[in-house]
Amino acid sequence: MTETLLGAYVFILAIIVGFEVIGRVPAMLHTPLMSGTNAIHGVVLIGAIIVAGQAHTTLTYILGFLAVVLGSLNVFGGFVVTQRMLSMFHARLGEKR
Amino acid sequence: MTWPIGIAYLIASLTFIAGLRLLSSPVTAPRGNYVAAAGMAIAIGATFFTHGMGNYPLIGVAMVIGAAIGAGSARQVKMTAMPQMVAIFNGMGGGAAALISSLEFIHATASGTPQTGQAVTIGLGAAIGSISFAGSIIAFLKLQELMKGTPLRYSWTKYANALLVLIVLALVGLITAHVGGRDVILPLAGVALLLGLVLVLPIGGADMPVIISLMNSLTGLAAALTGFVLSNELLIVAGALVGASGTLLTQLMAKAMNRPLSNVLFGNFGGGTSSAMGELPEGATVREISVDDAAVLMSYSPRVIIVPGYGLAVAQAQHQVRELADLLTEAGVDVKYAIHPVAGRMPGHMNVLLAEANVPYDEVYEMDAINGEFPSTDVVLVVGANDITNPAARQDTGSPIYGMPILNVDQAANIIVLKRSMRPGFAGIDNPLYYNPKTAMLFGDARESLQKLVAAVKSARPQTGKKAKTPEAVA
Repeated sequence: MTETLLGAYVFILAIIVGFEVIGRVPAMLHTPLMSGTNAIHGVVLIGAIIVAGQAHTTLTYILGFLAVVLGSLNVFGGFVVTQRMLSMFHARLGEKR
Repeated sequence: MTWPIGIAYLIASLTFIAGLRLLSSPVTAPRGNYVAAAGMAIAIGATFFTHGMGNYPLIGVAMVIGAAIGAGSARQVKMTAMPQMVAIFNGMGGGAAALISSLEFIHATASGTPQTGQAVTIGLGAAIGSISFAGSIIAFLKLQELMKGTPLRYSWTKYANALLVLIVLALVGLITAHVGGRDVILPLAGVALLLGLVLVLPIGGADMPVIISLMNSLTGLAAALTGFVLSNELLIVAGALVGASGTLLTQLMAKAMNRPLSNVLFGNFGGGTSSAMGELPEGATVREISVDDAAVLMSYSPRVIIVPGYGLAVAQAQHQVRELADLLTEAGVDVKYAIHPVAGRMPGHMNVLLAEANVPYDEVYEMDAINGEFPSTDVVLVVGANDITNPAARQDTGSPIYGMPILNVDQAANIIVLKRSMRPGFAGIDNPLYYNPKTAMLFGDARESLQKLVAAVKSARPQTGKKAKTPEAVA
């Protein structure tokens, strides 16, 4: 139970940090924010790797494999698409052409 | 978890926070994305050294497949299709979280009874991940127009939702009470999938900014729950950050539509009430303007504000808008863009589209920053926007959109509206702006009208000696 409690501490503090940090993101970057946080929750890939690494029956092999595919789709797709969007933003000064 | 892996996860947590912090400015934002990606790479690499790991070939193949599909589609996607891309990636994350929770449950039940705390988080993780997976897929299908985007509202959907929520909670309760063993997890996931489907199915395309934000926050929550299940603090931190971001954006979008979240999810909006149409003054007429007149009016005005809406994205006319704005700027006109928070299909979507068309971000203004400037503006050009410019939201207490913050375009000296027809917008409400004597309509496809305007402005100002900036290549 102490471990769950520790997790709850981490969870609550991280939410507070999240609100603080994300409140500063300007509205013009809200789409990249969304795809960026999207990529960050792709960190479930780590969980997928851990459970897939412990699989030893047909059912768990299949489910673990699927979880890793979905997780890495999320991570790689999320970061690439965010990068593409962010690279397009530029100011009037220092125009990129 | 051995300590080197723990340190790697700690570093990754910090890079995620730093990455989001760097998103506070478009100048530092790309660096932020790299920082977060680097942290992610460290964390993934460290995970392979987890004690008792096996099945490396299986994992490797799965990762290569996921990475190839993910990065490949991310490279090719059009910027107008960004909302559905984000929705589908979001669904993948939710699905992965649901699978992880289910797998952990199978593991835990194989070696005895899971602890109560673990069982609750497993149940909730599987449920919320599944809801997010199904909901995001439906959102994707609607945005990709593989499914009808209009709101489908039946009186029973509300009860169906409530019933499904109760069944999900009951199944989570069964898991927690260790009744039914491992066989409960599959029905739980199944009912939760159905719930996600029924929840998003009735919601129309115009409400998608809220839904995508909500699904994003649900996947964050599901990721955090898998962190509890696996005692993995990195997953908890990342999930909490995403949950916070999704929640903030959901609130922001709901506020910009002046509708509480419950109304977006279960409300009866745009049902076509007859009273909404009856508010027009007697004998109101619509004035049309020719392309040449519109071009001359804009070319000789000191201050012009362009208001792009979703219609611009549909017509893929962001490049033409930029070309027109460039010509006007060269003719000495002060041109600005005004963006409503829900212009587009996800928060900030219009900014991305304009950035793609090479519009400098410092010419693009948010609603609160520019609303005070309309009274001193000579011409407002509204392109494919409707409800977000409707003055009824400010004046008509009987209007369904009364109270919704709008761009006060009707305060400008002249308003030119590019629009296909007089058909009302998503909300099904007539827009008194179009009957305002200061307003002139230019009917037609937004992209064609803009092309004609560009040509007309060129001939209206033949004395402009400078060569136009390279017009954007139209893809």
